[in-house]
Amino acid sequence: MTDTLNRQASPTTGPRRRRRSPAARIRRLLLYLLVLMIAVFLLFPIYWAAKTAVSPDQEIYATPAAYLPHQFTAQHFTNALSDPRFLRSIVNSLIVGGCVTAISVLLGAFAAYALGRFEFRGRSLMRYVILAMSIFPQIAILGSLYKLLTATHLYNTLPALIGTYLIFILPFTVWTLASFFQQLPKELEEAAYVDGASAMQTFWRVMMPLAAPGIAATAILAVIAAWNEYLFALSFESDSSNWTVPVMISNVGAQSSAYTIPWGDEMAASLVVMVPVIALVLLLQRRIVAGLTGGSVKG
Amino acid sequence: MSAQPSRSLAKLATRQARLAWLLMTPTMAVAAVVALYPAVTTVYRSFTNDTFGGTSHWIGLDNYTTLLHDAAFRSATWITIEFTALTVAVEAVLGMILALTLHTSFAGRGAMRALLLVPFAIINVISASIWKLMFNQSYGVFNDLLVGKLHLASQPIDFFGTRTTALLSVSAIDVWKTTPFVALLLLAGLQTIPADILEAAQVDGAGPIRRFFSITLPQLRPALLVALVFRTLDALRVFDVFYVLFGARADTTTMSIYIEQNIVDFGKAGYGSAISVVTMLLIAVFVALYVGLNARANR
Repeated sequence: MTDTLNRQASPTTGPRRRRRSPAARIRRLLLYLLVLMIAVFLLFPIYWAAKTAVSPDQEIYATPAAYLPHQFTAQHFTNALSDPRFLRSIVNSLIVGGCVTAISVLLGAFAAYALGRFEFRGRSLMRYVILAMSIFPQIAILGSLYKLLTATHLYNTLPALIGTYLIFILPFTVWTLASFFQQLPKELEEAAYVDGASAMQTFWRVMMPLAAPGIAATAILAVIAAWNEYLFALSFESDSSNWTVPVMISNVGAQSSAYTIPWGDEMAASLVVMVPVIALVLLLQRRIVAGLTGGSVKG
Repeated sequence: MSAQPSRSLAKLATRQARLAWLLMTPTMAVAAVVALYPAVTTVYRSFTNDTFGGTSHWIGLDNYTTLLHDAAFRSATWITIEFTALTVAVEAVLGMILALTLHTSFAGRGAMRALLLVPFAIINVISASIWKLMFNQSYGVFNDLLVGKLHLASQPIDFFGTRTTALLSVSAIDVWKTTPFVALLLLAGLQTIPADILEAAQVDGAGPIRRFFSITLPQLRPALLVALVFRTLDALRVFDVFYVLFGARADTTTMSIYIEQNIVDFGKAGYGSAISVVTMLLIAVFVALYVGLNARANR
């Protein structure tokens, strides 16, 4: 702040407080303290996982705990990455997540286009159906799905998960994409109609490319939701070769007693799985926030 | 688009409606197979003694009368509701603090907002196992802090020892994982409040607390409501964290775990379906409660 500004402000102590009064400074300090606390709250568990993954066993189980790693080892990562079951589970998760997302985005974009851009009777009813589906407790239909899957011989196969994950991923996709479609300017669509394009041509050539950023964000969120799912994966896959990442990771801990959990290996495996997702999310953060908050923030 | 402009708008509207329904069809077909059909059969099966594979007979309300006297079911319902009330309340308050903090301007605000997405990007099972490591009684970091560093406890705490401490521990994980989501929704809401209203109130002499309660909070109500509904519904169907931390332990069995046990482990399809129906009803009650509260506040 320059001298002139200071002189102007100091003698005439009006109702407006000066910018750098001691009180304001203290408030500033408190704000940064709060921000620091929030950062620690958000990041500490991840730091701890990373620290554990690179520490040798004697340091992991040591008391008092070492807050900084003194020795580094890559052993836990080697163990995790040389476990064929773990690698298999990553492949399974990618297959399930990829397929369910592709199906949801394709079918969901059609429905979202209708809901977001057309006026038709029954539209609000359809919106309610989609909303009801997305808040529906998946656990409540576990038994029926189990029966359906055994009857169709899909039990213990990856398509079982692809099909059942549509229950929560498809409505989410429709809902999010509809809000993206709604934000697009009407003029472009009208211009396409005037130029003689049919509704479907307009959809593929105008609306889909325009909604591409929204579709990307929705797809990432869908993949994360599929990647995260545990209940169905646990219930519908008895064979360990069909396990997805969450089932695999929870089984590492469950198979061993409390004192022999291979924490280093488990945290290394966890990092291998979570770091790419965190990186992707941070890279696309603006779009993802827009998708999560229903498009109410400019993306 | 029509060759003759004289062909009325009504015709265009019918054609649009037909196309809209056509676009909705694939999504509705999927919804019918993976959500509606299982939901209807769940309700039907709840009136039978179905056990998967065995014969199934209509037994009327027998499952429901059994439920009334089932202590395990009562315990599961109760802990689920306690968990929901506790986590949703804490997440609303903490989420508000986070959102208000990240809404003020400071250096690094963009980075801090991005950090909110980090817990969200982590699989439930992984965050549960990271916290399980941190909660460990003998070498966990929390006990090291409480006993060794801060001297708040004289001896290491068994965080999973009693039902109450287990509930608090598992709630802490949920709070860590989902408070950022609440904060994101509230932050999106905060950005829609016009700054001049707050400035006008400040000029009129309203202090920060007064401004929060008479302007910010009422303006945020829609965003807060959406966040609370999402969190409540998610919390009522909680499965992952409890299951990873405690497995099938009786005093920490939530409604979802109890359903999963009955259906997958015991094969009691009929009884499990009855519990599912009650869970669906309970969730419907909560949704109605929120909708009612919102309607009343809007009046």
